[in-house]
Amino acid sequence: MRRFAQILPLALLVFGAEPAAAERLVVSLSNHRVAVTSNFVGEELVLFGTIEPEPPARALRPPYDLVVTVTGPRQTIRTRRKQRILGIWVNADSREFVRVPAYLAVLSSRPVNDIANPDTLRRLQIGLDNFLLPQRIGSDFADTVRDDPFRRAFVRLQTQQGLYRESATAVTFLTPTVFRAAVPMPAAVPTGSYGIEVELFTNGALVARTNSALDVIKTGFEQYVADAARDYGLLYGTATALMALLIGWFASIVFARD
Amino acid sequence: MQIYLPIADLPVNVFLVLGMGLAVGYISGMFGIGGGFLMTPLLIFIGITPAVAVATVSSHIAASSFTGAISYWRKRALDIALALMLLSAGIVGTAIGVWLFTELRALDQLDLMIGLSYVTLLTVVGATMIYESWRAIMRTRHGMPATLRRPGSHTWFHGLPFKLRFKRSKIYVSAIPVWAIGLVIGFLGAIMGIGGGFLLVPMLIYLLRVPTATVIGTSMVLTLVTMASATVMHAATNHLVDAVLALILMVGGVIGAQFGARTGQKMRGERLRLLLGLLVFAVGCRFAYELVVKPDDLYSLRYVRSE
Repeated sequence: MRRFAQILPLALLVFGAEPAAAERLVVSLSNHRVAVTSNFVGEELVLFGTIEPEPPARALRPPYDLVVTVTGPRQTIRTRRKQRILGIWVNADSREFVRVPAYLAVLSSRPVNDIANPDTLRRLQIGLDNFLLPQRIGSDFADTVRDDPFRRAFVRLQTQQGLYRESATAVTFLTPTVFRAAVPMPAAVPTGSYGIEVELFTNGALVARTNSALDVIKTGFEQYVADAARDYGLLYGTATALMALLIGWFASIVFARD
Repeated sequence: MQIYLPIADLPVNVFLVLGMGLAVGYISGMFGIGGGFLMTPLLIFIGITPAVAVATVSSHIAASSFTGAISYWRKRALDIALALMLLSAGIVGTAIGVWLFTELRALDQLDLMIGLSYVTLLTVVGATMIYESWRAIMRTRHGMPATLRRPGSHTWFHGLPFKLRFKRSKIYVSAIPVWAIGLVIGFLGAIMGIGGGFLLVPMLIYLLRVPTATVIGTSMVLTLVTMASATVMHAATNHLVDAVLALILMVGGVIGAQFGARTGQKMRGERLRLLLGLLVFAVGCRFAYELVVKPDDLYSLRYVRSE
């Protein structure tokens, strides 16, 4: 079942939705490497692109709609629901979302529901409602219906943190064939490899697609500390404890009044 | 000025955290406690997960109790023999606490456990302290001296075997209650992110009849070693200690403690205990309120692993 869930969307892409060549997308990202440093408060990346006829002699077919889907590194995240038990609120029920993107942005030039029909959107996984978010249900993996309460809560909480978003205004057409997409990177952006999928629609049909990628990395001191904490826990803990002793000792010298 | 915390994985304002360190340090210096029971809830309040808060605060308490222990050592006001006895049990308690902490985290019940422990412990201890100090204040008002140490008044556990003599504290007690106290403090420290000074001091005074002269210094040595080992254990097993956050808290904490200690020395003992009791009780009620009142959001997320 798990294999199937992974292969299904791929199979659909290969066999079901291969666009006939008439347009070609050329995109360029302002920065392929986002460095998270100690004063990182988030930043905005810009994706520029043009729509080229393919082969060059062919006529373009505007108006176009564009959807940019940015997916972050995969994580397994548990969504828990509190329930009142014996008068207090306790985490009683939970669902595990397996290998879901830690960051997911669906940026488009119009609301996705106006761009194509629901079946197409579902098949291409366009929009937060249609993106595949597999849950572990017992020993099985499946994405449930879009109004499953745990799925909705998961998407809502990720959206509140700025990690998931759907924006119908983030892609703007500068001319009918030149576009610009603003990709927001919040302060709490997870580190890792990000994939960018750019899909071009006209009259409700996918006509061209391309992709790009970027990396979010912690640099300098932050990276050093995070790596040390993960890889050398004991040493890191000892160093932190020694730092505590040093500061305590230092304070007793500075403030000694006798 | 924002700074990015590498383990808590979020940016915080340096001056806010430094200010929290100063404020809690002031209170801890005033009452001679570590202040973990105030610091952990404050960190949770600014958005740091309870797990990271508990693990990080342990290193902050280690720093402030080391400062305290040094100054008591200079005044020869600590009982090393008693501290070592408490410690041998304290480290075992800490190890059990860190293990249970890891297990509860996997079961999604860590936040509940932290909340429940805070409610029970803080309300009970706070209420007891308020009652005891109020009575002491009333007694002095009626012209009777407030006495803590009543020589010759023995409780049941003075009959227990394995008796040991602690010269500096001038007490002769069984090793069993000493061990039990050390175990409980070490355990609670690891689970709740508290040094346990506000529990240990009354336990040593009322149960073991340790004289007030050596009690705070001895308690600080115990707090220091249990919290330093909790830091190492939390870092080694759960990878949750944020050294950057810890550093900011420590710097604020040790400075605040110096000013707090000056204020504390000007106040009368029972007044100080009444104030501390009220503070402890209020924090306990705050936690109770959170558990009982319907939360704004019934759902919460927990990161399990990267793929």
